[in-house]
Amino acid sequence: MSDLDDLYTELITEHSRSTEHRKHLENPTSIEHGHNPSCGDDITLEVKIENGIIAEASFNGVGCAISQASTDMMIDLMEGKSVEEARRLIDLFIRMIKSELNDDDDIEELDEAATLENISNLPARVKCAVLAWRTLDRAIIGSAANDENRSPTMGQASRL
Amino acid sequence: MKNDFPILSNGKIAYLDNSATTQKPRAVIDAVQKYYETQNANPLRGAYRWSVEATQKIEDARKKIAKFINAKSASEIIFTKNATESLNLVAYSFGRENLNLGDEILISIAEHHSNLVPWQILAKSTGAILKYIRLDSHGNFLEPDINSKTKIVAVTQISNVLGIKNDLSKIIERAHEFGAVVVVDGAQSVPHLKTDVQKLDCDFLAFSGHKMLAPMGIGVLYGRKKFLESMPPFLAGGEMIEYVEEQSTTFADLPHKFEAGTQNVGGAIGISTAIDYLETIGFEKIESIEQDLLDYAIPKLRDLKFIDLYGCDVENKIGIIAFNVKDVHPHDVATILDKNGVAIRAGDHCAQPLHRFLNLNSSCRASFYFYNTREDIDRLIDALKNVRKVMRLE
Repeated sequence: MSDLDDLYTELITEHSRSTEHRKHLENPTSIEHGHNPSCGDDITLEVKIENGIIAEASFNGVGCAISQASTDMMIDLMEGKSVEEARRLIDLFIRMIKSELNDDDDIEELDEAATLENISNLPARVKCAVLAWRTLDRAIIGSAANDENRSPTMGQASRL
Repeated sequence: MKNDFPILSNGKIAYLDNSATTQKPRAVIDAVQKYYETQNANPLRGAYRWSVEATQKIEDARKKIAKFINAKSASEIIFTKNATESLNLVAYSFGRENLNLGDEILISIAEHHSNLVPWQILAKSTGAILKYIRLDSHGNFLEPDINSKTKIVAVTQISNVLGIKNDLSKIIERAHEFGAVVVVDGAQSVPHLKTDVQKLDCDFLAFSGHKMLAPMGIGVLYGRKKFLESMPPFLAGGEMIEYVEEQSTTFADLPHKFEAGTQNVGGAIGISTAIDYLETIGFEKIESIEQDLLDYAIPKLRDLKFIDLYGCDVENKIGIIAFNVKDVHPHDVATILDKNGVAIRAGDHCAQPLHRFLNLNSSCRASFYFYNTREDIDRLIDALKNVRKVMRLE
């Protein structure tokens, strides 16, 4: 049972049920849909990027506790971050989940999302944890594409 | 009986995902191993003894399968890699040849994607219309709309989510009245019920070996001879031919016309041995064991107030139970059960339209076979009692 307690921590179960970010934004700059067909995780992420900063983000959808908590914690982390910083953190998170961290990585930068590190021991759940982060990466690209003054670039996370 | 199954014999895992695949008895594993150790050669090609023996083995397996499902002739048995390939074979070979703009294909909303997506693709490429049989509130088929435009009816005998035995006799009779062909997805039924294609009167029947104790990679398509004979080949290549000229080819007779390339002799031996094993136990006993497990499991699940059951208020059912734990996503349920040594399936079970029809995002599924025991059910129930606690809901 102890490893289940490591997985479904109080923090993760609470975030999985949090309603704080479950809403629609006024005038989002990008809306992106993320889906894991085999298990049914299904989220729609809305972001508002202003002057290269993620001013606001929200999501709606259904999915397992891991996918929902991961989404909620990601939004907590990302609001107020620059797009460049966000993409660096997305890459860091995905490498953490895939057990591909380097010596100089500091997962404390991921704040509460760092508690999802244990997912790296559960191959069947990796896609649940990374869904929101991949979706945000696409949303950032989408937002940039909506802005004529910027040329979209493919992110690290889009490799997944 | 679990002692016959090496993977189950230590009793560590309560394996309840038999609708996905079944475990293999020692007899099947040994028969396949013996083939590779003593007889392996390419069938239908060599004049030497091993090749002759491999040919003999695959043709013996074909005869055994024909008898097993009471086909009129062994030439009506086509080896494929699984039920999915069998269904695709009919959709591509029969469907493309026989469907025209405005014709109707009728399937049910309870189909596995393998008996749904091929027909969708076929409808798109021919201009045919794909129609659905819906379900009543218990999960039984509603009255099908079969009419003069209906050319193909493709239905599952048992849904892989609800486990309900669909009475196909009326559908088949009505389809035949209108000259439509009937394709039956037997992936979930053939392993659990005595199958008689002549009595059922279907035109095609698809099933997989691995869901009935055989290895993965061997499947069967039964087809009525007159249809198989009129259909063009599905895959082309070696051993499905008669004469190959530079610009044209004549094809082999049934069944080899539909078996291009080197066939899976090990798989054919596996399914043949699996049939021997199943027939030794007998379907009467298999059905009664599964019924006992159902009768034991459903009241216990109903006692758990946090469980929602689907398709469980019917009598005509095999050992498949779809359910949800209130406020917990199936994937979390499956992870928690796994940590307690109970293997179930979580997700949409390759049946997204059915889940949408039932207003569900996904579900958990426990599915039994004759080697499961009441103890396995007890372990499922005990593990389920833990789920909401782990999720800190109580």
